Amino acid sequence: MEIFQLFIAAVFVNNIVLAQYLGNCPYLGCSKERGVALGMGSAVIFVIVVSTFFTWLMQRCVLDPLGLGYLQTIVFIVVIAALVQFVEMFLKKMLPPLYAALGIFLPLITTNCAVMGVAILVQREEYDLLTSVLYGLASSIGFTLALLLMAGIRERLDTCRLPKAMAGTPIALIMAGLMSLAFMGFKGMAN
Amino acid sequence: MSVLKEFTKGLWKELPPFRLVLGLCPTLAVTNSASNGLGMGAAVIFVLVLSNMIISMVRHIIPAKVRIACFIVIAASLVVAVELLMQAYAYPLYERLGIFVPLIVVNCIILGRAEAFAAKNGVAASVADGLGMGLGFTMSLTFLGSIREVLGNGTWFGMAVMPESFEPLRIMVQAPGAFICLGLILAGMNMLNFRQARRRGEQAEALAQQQGCGSCGGCTACGAGARDAQAQ
Repeated sequence: MEIFQLFIAAVFVNNIVLAQYLGNCPYLGCSKERGVALGMGSAVIFVIVVSTFFTWLMQRCVLDPLGLGYLQTIVFIVVIAALVQFVEMFLKKMLPPLYAALGIFLPLITTNCAVMGVAILVQREEYDLLTSVLYGLASSIGFTLALLLMAGIRERLDTCRLPKAMAGTPIALIMAGLMSLAFMGFKGMAN
Repeated sequence: MSVLKEFTKGLWKELPPFRLVLGLCPTLAVTNSASNGLGMGAAVIFVLVLSNMIISMVRHIIPAKVRIACFIVIAASLVVAVELLMQAYAYPLYERLGIFVPLIVVNCIILGRAEAFAAKNGVAASVADGLGMGLGFTMSLTFLGSIREVLGNGTWFGMAVMPESFEPLRIMVQAPGAFICLGLILAGMNMLNFRQARRRGEQAEALAQQQGCGSCGGCTACGAGARDAQAQ
């Protein structure tokens, strides 16, 4: 039950983009069409789950016993970068159809702050391994949800007549603000 | 002369978050008060100036294929240094900024400037570029933070500035306020840009718009990626 609550909280209440301000670059950059948004979202789900698993192990099995906690930032980014590279090579070799779908999005995920953000957040919250991975899964589902909703709205926006200065990023940000306002309505469902 | 030009372009012509639309996450996240914005900006100046300097020094040694990885490691080492310095001398600020201090390493500005400028230019120009961009970033964050703090809390740098009867708009210091405020500022920048262009008799592009995905350095591949996807 507790896990279920954590899941709902991470997808809706503390949505990683709309409430925690993580991963805004791809949120605004890759939300022009639904197809691209879905590809980006699935790649993020995949990478966040795998990287949360490995950074958790890295922190608990290497950094903590050796007293190197202050190296967290540098170790995590290297682990994530290496992992993304490895996942890309693995998919290319073993699962070409999946690579064709996600491949182009993988290299840019290294600098997506949602990945690094989730890895650090689960350490600060001191979740155990299972909870961490589930939290990573839920957060990335939340990310994909926000991205897909945004892409849907922006496809409609293309057909609207906007003031010239508002078109593009400014209106997208204001839409994000309204969406975030809507997501605040989920508060109280879980915390 | 050119060093001065590199320095000043970051202050207005290529103002990072408002004109280049770079580094949005910290811009949105930490600007619920003016002092947080200023503190975050200071940390970014430190990392950006030093990373630009180091990268421009070693740019001939690094093989082109692994340059991004090298940039990330250099930036990460500097971020660890900032974290330790903040823990020692500015602990309350470190607590308030939370996970956004370690996340400076994935801030698009750092990698974006490294790739777009420091990897191609000399040390002096790169330091000037980093300093200008960092100062521009700090100014923008402080500006956005001031607006949100005054409207959302009735204070500025912690001092009460609004009359007693002012009812704070709580939403401004929360997430929706951040998005809407930044959106309006970007629209304002666009309008200013159109007006200037019209005065010069030119046709202007909407600045924030032409960037789209390529707006953040690490994401340059994203724009290209999306185009590839369409081509297939």
